[in-house]
Amino acid sequence: MTLKFEARDVSRVFGHGKKAKLAVDRVSFEIKDREIVSLVGQSGCGKTVLSKLLLRIDAPSSGELCFNGQPMARIADPRQHFRKVQAVFQDPFSAFNQFFTIRSQLESCFHLFEPKPSKAEIAERVDAALLNVNIKPREIDGKFPFELSGGQMQRMLLARIFIIRPEVLIADEPTSMVDACSRASILDYLMKLKTELSMTIVFVTHDVGLACYVSDTIFIMHQGQIVERGSPERVTGAPQSPITRQLLDDIPDVHRDWLERDVHRSAPAS
Amino acid sequence: MTAAQVNVTAPILEVEKLRVHYLTRFGTRVQAVDDVSFQLREGEILGIAGESGCGKTTLVSGCMGLFIPPLYHSSGDVRILGQSIVGMSREQIRRDVLGRQIAMIPQGALNSLNPTRRIKDLATDMIVSHDDRAGKREIYERLRERFERIGLDAKRVLNAFPVELPAGTKQRVVIGISTLLNPKLVVADEPTSALDVSTQKSVIRLLFDLMDRGIISSMLFITHELPLLRHVSSSIAVMYAGEFVEYGSTEQVIFDGQQPYTRALMGSMLSAEPGQRGKKPVAIEGAPPDLKNVIVGCRFAERCPSVRPDCSQKQQQLRTVQLRQVRCQYA
Amino acid sequence: MLKGLFRSPSFAIGCAMFFGTLLIALFGPLVLRVDVEHRVGLAYMQPSARHWLGTDHLGIDMVSLLIKGLRASLYVGFLAGSVATVLGTLIGLYGGYKGGFIDDVLTSVTNLFLVIPTLIVLILLSSSLEEGRSLTLIALLIGCTTWTWTARAVRAQSSSLRTRDHVALARINGFGTGHIVLFHILPYLLSYIFMVFILQTASGILTEASISLLGLGPYDSISLGKILNEAIRNEALGDGAWWAFVPATLLVTVIAFSLYIINTSMESVFNPRLRR
Repeated sequence: MTLKFEARDVSRVFGHGKKAKLAVDRVSFEIKDREIVSLVGQSGCGKTVLSKLLLRIDAPSSGELCFNGQPMARIADPRQHFRKVQAVFQDPFSAFNQFFTIRSQLESCFHLFEPKPSKAEIAERVDAALLNVNIKPREIDGKFPFELSGGQMQRMLLARIFIIRPEVLIADEPTSMVDACSRASILDYLMKLKTELSMTIVFVTHDVGLACYVSDTIFIMHQGQIVERGSPERVTGAPQSPITRQLLDDIPDVHRDWLERDVHRSAPAS
Repeated sequence: MTAAQVNVTAPILEVEKLRVHYLTRFGTRVQAVDDVSFQLREGEILGIAGESGCGKTTLVSGCMGLFIPPLYHSSGDVRILGQSIVGMSREQIRRDVLGRQIAMIPQGALNSLNPTRRIKDLATDMIVSHDDRAGKREIYERLRERFERIGLDAKRVLNAFPVELPAGTKQRVVIGISTLLNPKLVVADEPTSALDVSTQKSVIRLLFDLMDRGIISSMLFITHELPLLRHVSSSIAVMYAGEFVEYGSTEQVIFDGQQPYTRALMGSMLSAEPGQRGKKPVAIEGAPPDLKNVIVGCRFAERCPSVRPDCSQKQQQLRTVQLRQVRCQYA
Repeated sequence: MLKGLFRSPSFAIGCAMFFGTLLIALFGPLVLRVDVEHRVGLAYMQPSARHWLGTDHLGIDMVSLLIKGLRASLYVGFLAGSVATVLGTLIGLYGGYKGGFIDDVLTSVTNLFLVIPTLIVLILLSSSLEEGRSLTLIALLIGCTTWTWTARAVRAQSSSLRTRDHVALARINGFGTGHIVLFHILPYLLSYIFMVFILQTASGILTEASISLLGLGPYDSISLGKILNEAIRNEALGDGAWWAFVPATLLVTVIAFSLYIINTSMESVFNPRLRR
């Protein structure tokens, strides 16, 4: 069983001296090939910082981080890493440049490939990726980001992944800015990536319910550390850490008591 | 409002066929709230659930009488304790209605605390603008006592600047200041969206605590998180594209929603509860309609899983189905 | 968004004033007889029907002098403004995006130039150059010493844009600093840089007027500041020859003022938070 990511005592510190903040605090973990792992925690727990370390747009202050068995610090050409590890972001509108057409931005993915394919091949592959996310290629011709809806833009982020076909996808809160009804279709595309392209997926989310639905393994993070890890069943069914217990207890779920009080229920006077 | 004008037997808030529109920079008219009616009596908590863009924040402004351009009142009435506030001037509303009768906790309030002033100064301004008789010492005492009551370290918090306080404390401060004059109704617009689940729970507990102590007597709670309302409100109105599509008791709406959109909204929630995991979330294509255009027929028709041919032709009205109101002719 | 700009009264007034003076500068010589070589009358002759603003201490037509001076001042302003904007933008963009050590170095350089009293440097440089002082040289000197404000402003913007998602996306597309700064940071700052350019131009005009007024202006050409300098040196004030200095002062004021209000009106359109 190959290990996609291996982390040993990885830390990331911001600032120095007295104001130093430990965003990621000596974490160690393994992520296996084709595994779906969710980094779960409340804001400030370090899950986003850790995801940026895995994506390699930030570097750890200490510790060792390996990808496919090789230390990530020693990668010479960043493009080499980005061909294999990609990301989708939370806000589909701020993720794209508002001054260029969508199509040209999708085509700019090909900067990662050497040698660069011909113009015809680029166009063909972009069209194929768009069809993968149920968008008719002609629909976006000449259009700029602000001309499309949030759901469509989120699918553009996914289309990039279908073009690049990396081994790993880092998905940072991919559904939090999408309206409730479209969330399931985004999750469907992500599952499609796993089954059709054998992708390893690292989810970053604060939504425990979402993490349970999609993941093989959940890492619960708190103040830069991984306080609990395991399958969704184990973590929610038999939580070991008091932080996990508190987190599960604080989620306002409709299926259980949350506030230990009986809110007066009456039909409205209409 | 003078004592003579207040009608104590009337509902605290009564909204009747309210329609509110706004004008974009290019002069286009967007009907953000269309034909909304409801009543809120003392002691009731009404939750308004809807996603961003459904008009809930515009509705809140309308309920407070804050029709400030580019927002305009199209038609309909809003009555507080029996008196219509639609015609009132901004000054009148600020003086007589806001703070005293209704307190509003707007969206993102914790970020709109003036960073250059101490909490005690911000709070004092609030009191003084409604009741300039009290002296500074008296006001400080009132603040200290109230802040202690809501579980804040009054001395430290009152003398602090907003940046020094964590999000949860700031939200408590906002609630504390808004309810200083013991308003009858608190309108909370997404009061917990920016907070962690744990902080969210403590803020909701605070609101209930204030109700228990009689400091506030009714609440209008606006959120996009429907599950939260299950634990907060006694009745729920689901809003979509400027209209109420379902309006009933909490149990009815959450566990037995009749309108297809209500069902879709509930179905899209993913639960961590054992037994609920693995339940595939409901997927609905498309996006809410653009309210710049006049919409014929049901606004949810083009996305509805149980749509029928004449759904997009006839204007949908609210009708009573199983003891609650539903905007669907086939529910 | 641009519509809002055109509806703003201050923008309209500013544009009217500025383009008015620009038109005079550009087309004046074609419409009127501009002659600064020949004496047309006695020294400090009063304004008359033939010479609308009288003559200077040498008997040369004042209107001609003003038009020439206006052209020169506008030229210096634009050139100095352009140089300052380009320099400041390049330094600010790069330092702001890169952060870390490079940013520290560039900020130190900027602060160094900021602390040096520009006017004194210009005075010293100018006085040491004697006959080499052309309009272009002065413009370049002003540009090379006043870019600091632009650099600081652009750096702040560039630094905040660096954390945006679309920049991260460009990075995971494998693009390097140059491409990202040019295509993903600069476009977002264009309206800001344009406003900065307007301010730098106004500042350039005022700075040139100041050093020319002190007698360190262009050696062979006429600028508005030089006209004022001549007026002082030849005691026009004492003689009551108001036409020797009032019009020139007015022109400098009008240009600078019009540019400032154009800038302010643009700011309230481009920065929505300033709108009431």
